[in-house]
Amino acid sequence: MSTPPRRRRLEVEDSGEITIVNFIDRKILDEQNIQKIGEDLFSLVEELGRKKVLLNFSNVEYLSSAALGKFITLNKKVQAVGGKLVMCNINDDIFEVFEITKLNKLFNIQKDEQTALQTF
Amino acid sequence: MRTSLPDGSVEFVIASDLNEARNLQEMIERQLRQCHYEDKEVFGIRLALEEAIVNAIKHGNGLDHRKKVQVRYRILPDRFDVSVTDEGPGYNPNAIPDPLADENLESPSGRGIFLMRHYMTEVTVHPPGNRLTMCKVRKKAHLHAEVCR
Repeated sequence: MSTPPRRRRLEVEDSGEITIVNFIDRKILDEQNIQKIGEDLFSLVEELGRKKVLLNFSNVEYLSSAALGKFITLNKKVQAVGGKLVMCNINDDIFEVFEITKLNKLFNIQKDEQTALQTF
Repeated sequence: MRTSLPDGSVEFVIASDLNEARNLQEMIERQLRQCHYEDKEVFGIRLALEEAIVNAIKHGNGLDHRKKVQVRYRILPDRFDVSVTDEGPGYNPNAIPDPLADENLESPSGRGIFLMRHYMTEVTVHPPGNRLTMCKVRKKAHLHAEVCR
């Protein structure tokens, strides 16, 4: 019996050694769906061996603290393999969440994808 | 289960189910927009609601579907009030480590109550800690009062 295909939550493309991740059809990173998205993100590093990861937030309209937790864990996993995690295209409301939690100091956040790609 | 109360509040009792929580939040979000709450206000209220209801479901009721979460809210032109009650033993919010402390900055959890306090005007956890009330007082009352009734 074949395993049913997993619902696609991330759009992943490669730019050289850099893996660019866009969030698709899940614009809301709340508790309901962040668990699965977290698993998909972690597998990029743990199973597929990606070390340079760029998260593009252009489709993300909303997130909660559970999503922040996943990004922190992803950051640790990337650093553990000597890689780098960068984020870009974060809208003002969501950037405020990073700012008030001081996570803007923990994460490498860039304005747009072009700028972000140059930081790797 | 939905109940309308004499003071204009509406009370929902939902199972400890994240999907039900999502539906309720989306409904409240739509009502806030109908009452002309601004995008930034809706973003903050929705984030605070998500943190409060998910806390109740996960940490209060331990994701036990037999246990209920009661959400009572009222939308007025000048303020939004909500209470969230679970069936858990409660918790002491003061016992949660400061998420802004350097040693906690990389902790993957512990930011929920902090975010609620940032985005809402007032947040109170009532002893024994299984009931939380919060309100958002708007800076300028909107003129479309009748829409919120």
